[in-house]
Amino acid sequence: METNRDDFIIAIRSAFLKKGTKQRFSLLVLLSVSVIILILGKYNFKGINILKLGLNEFVYRATFIISVPENFIKNTYYLTLSHINLYNDHKKLKKDFNALQAESFNNDFIISENRLLKSKIEDIVDVSSEILAKVLVDKQSPFLKSVIVNRGSKDKVKLGMAVLDGEFLIGKVVEVNYRTSRVLLLSDLNSKIPVSIEPNSIQSILTGTGQNLGKLQYTQVDKVNFEKGDQIYSSGSGGIFKSGIPIGKINLIDDNNESYVLFHSNFSQLRLVKIVLYENLD
Amino acid sequence: MAFSKLPISKKILSLGPILLLYISVLNEFDFNYLNFKYFSFNFPYILIFYWSLKGEGSLNYVLVFIAGLINDVVIGLPIGISSLTYLLICGFAAYLRNITLRPSLVKDWFFFLFTVLVTSSFFYSILVIFFNVKVNYYDLLFNVLYTFFLYYFFSYIFGYYLNLLRKSND
Repeated sequence: METNRDDFIIAIRSAFLKKGTKQRFSLLVLLSVSVIILILGKYNFKGINILKLGLNEFVYRATFIISVPENFIKNTYYLTLSHINLYNDHKKLKKDFNALQAESFNNDFIISENRLLKSKIEDIVDVSSEILAKVLVDKQSPFLKSVIVNRGSKDKVKLGMAVLDGEFLIGKVVEVNYRTSRVLLLSDLNSKIPVSIEPNSIQSILTGTGQNLGKLQYTQVDKVNFEKGDQIYSSGSGGIFKSGIPIGKINLIDDNNESYVLFHSNFSQLRLVKIVLYENLD
Repeated sequence: MAFSKLPISKKILSLGPILLLYISVLNEFDFNYLNFKYFSFNFPYILIFYWSLKGEGSLNYVLVFIAGLINDVVIGLPIGISSLTYLLICGFAAYLRNITLRPSLVKDWFFFLFTVLVTSSFFYSILVIFFNVKVNYYDLLFNVLYTFFLYYFFSYIFGYYLNLLRKSND
């Protein structure tokens, strides 16, 4: 029994303390360095932030280059898929086009009326800056959903700016480097934004689920029944985003009456995005 | 002279695992576009465990540590967390190497499961408790399971590569 315990201790000591012939440091030293970096990172130690910024600039570019073959396979896959679905897509688009054409006649009047009303309540209505950015890295790990774009503090990107894919909200900037930035997608578990659910203008919070759907939480009205197809827009509460940016629609309501939102934008196919800053008219 | 016996090819072959580790952390094969709901696996875990166990020191711990830092930057995790988990895997593999008299793939495989469960628990606990980052527990669990299953498959490929490496050194 004593011998077994000794063997265990010797094996552990040999694994963690002994420096191998080809190793410069023992495992214990490097493990300690990792723990120190983690602790200093937690308390925003300046040296760690500088190390991180330096690494970010280099690593994001390197990842973009290394990912070229995988991106080629991915793009080929999507291209093949779009060819297979061409006929069905055409039929659907034709139907949608006719419906949209009818709607568009009313929109110009509503937009100008809306602009006038918003100026009365001092809501955020103006885009003060709009930056077009290319998605460098879209390595959406199963745990965190984010993308890296090729615009940073050099291009006047700031923390918290909204990020759009076309006209659809997809996330916000959570990390800014000199030439690159990280965008936290709405599908991430840590993303929470105030939204408005139409047609009844019910206020709620949209949280990510880590999957391709978002979830509505903290709805401010009791016993509200949403329906599939209800549209989700940013509410403008908190002053970060302007109100009325389209996000998605309710796609699923489960047995517990939890509503899940399908985003308008496909987060796995982001190529070019807009980084925008909204400010008051005055 | 066979290609694998040339000095340059020996060097390239011996650098293979570490190069593959760096490509995998920079590229992070995700297969998201295939829309497999829970499918994901951690290739660096498999590679680090196998080559720490069998590679006779071919995996430099300092390079593994740097690979961890790069992985944190690519994924957007708190810096240092992947280094910690990668080095723990190295430690577990070194321990198994020290206590093993007669190597067996099945024993290695189940010890790998134990290793991945322990390191993933560390990973999850540090992220959730220390950094307040929300992580989907089921995603992590499926990631561990797929990583465990795929170890068996990759160990054959790495075994073939290891034989090639040993032949070139003879």
